[in-house]
Amino acid sequence: MTTSQEKTLTVALMDPPYESEASTTALRIIDAALRKGISVNVFAYEGAVNLTMKGQAAHPNPVKGTSAEEQDHPTTARFISGLFGMSGEAAKLDWAVCGLCADERGAGDWIEGPRRGSPGDFYKFTQESVNTLIIGAR
Amino acid sequence: MSVLSIVEQAYRGTVEEQDDTILWLSHMLKNAGADLNILLRSNAVNYAVKGQDASGLTIGGVPLTVPPTIDKDVQALIAAGVTVYAVQEDLEDLGVPQGDLIGGIQTVARSGVAGLFDKHDTVWYW
Repeated sequence: MTTSQEKTLTVALMDPPYESEASTTALRIIDAALRKGISVNVFAYEGAVNLTMKGQAAHPNPVKGTSAEEQDHPTTARFISGLFGMSGEAAKLDWAVCGLCADERGAGDWIEGPRRGSPGDFYKFTQESVNTLIIGAR
Repeated sequence: MSVLSIVEQAYRGTVEEQDDTILWLSHMLKNAGADLNILLRSNAVNYAVKGQDASGLTIGGVPLTVPPTIDKDVQALIAAGVTVYAVQEDLEDLGVPQGDLIGGIQTVARSGVAGLFDKHDTVWYW
């Protein structure tokens, strides 16, 4: 095992945003890994392609009578954009979006950082990582 | 038409949403005039526990400045006239004593749930 393998983790995601705590947990793990100098490869599969949609918008909360500004809703796209801000020489974040999954959902317009990918990227990721964490939909 | 809305799956996207989607929807429907009550069962009985704190989360340097406050959302529903029931045995299974619950929660035995169904015209199971 090479040093780069030992310092790289792969995470596979399937959940769409706002439906479960799975993606929040995954983002926390990715954040922690990057802070510890561990590079992270992400394969966003099926509903997870929506996590990085550029068009995600914060909204007001009519139940609480709060404005969008007061709610300061941190969309998953904002969180992930922040994670890309942590990516650099010490630890790199590579985020491959399943292209066919994005096509069928019309989810091709994503924030800066993720790239179009395929299951082949996921397989390559697993070969280049010390371990792979699967966070499947339930 | 009276509605009994059953919430069973707890903490489903609550951090990303800043609330629980069904409690939020229920409050919106109540504000729109719905005659609606809520039954918390399974893990969702934990929504009735007071003093929940989901603050302090930051991902990628982006802080969650407005975390979910589910117990306060349940209190707001009660204040709006929604009766909120919680299954007693589910509370006991999770080790939640009565004293940990917010005020106004109506506990109901599992054997009494069918009776609640009878008291409402329709049941929505989320």
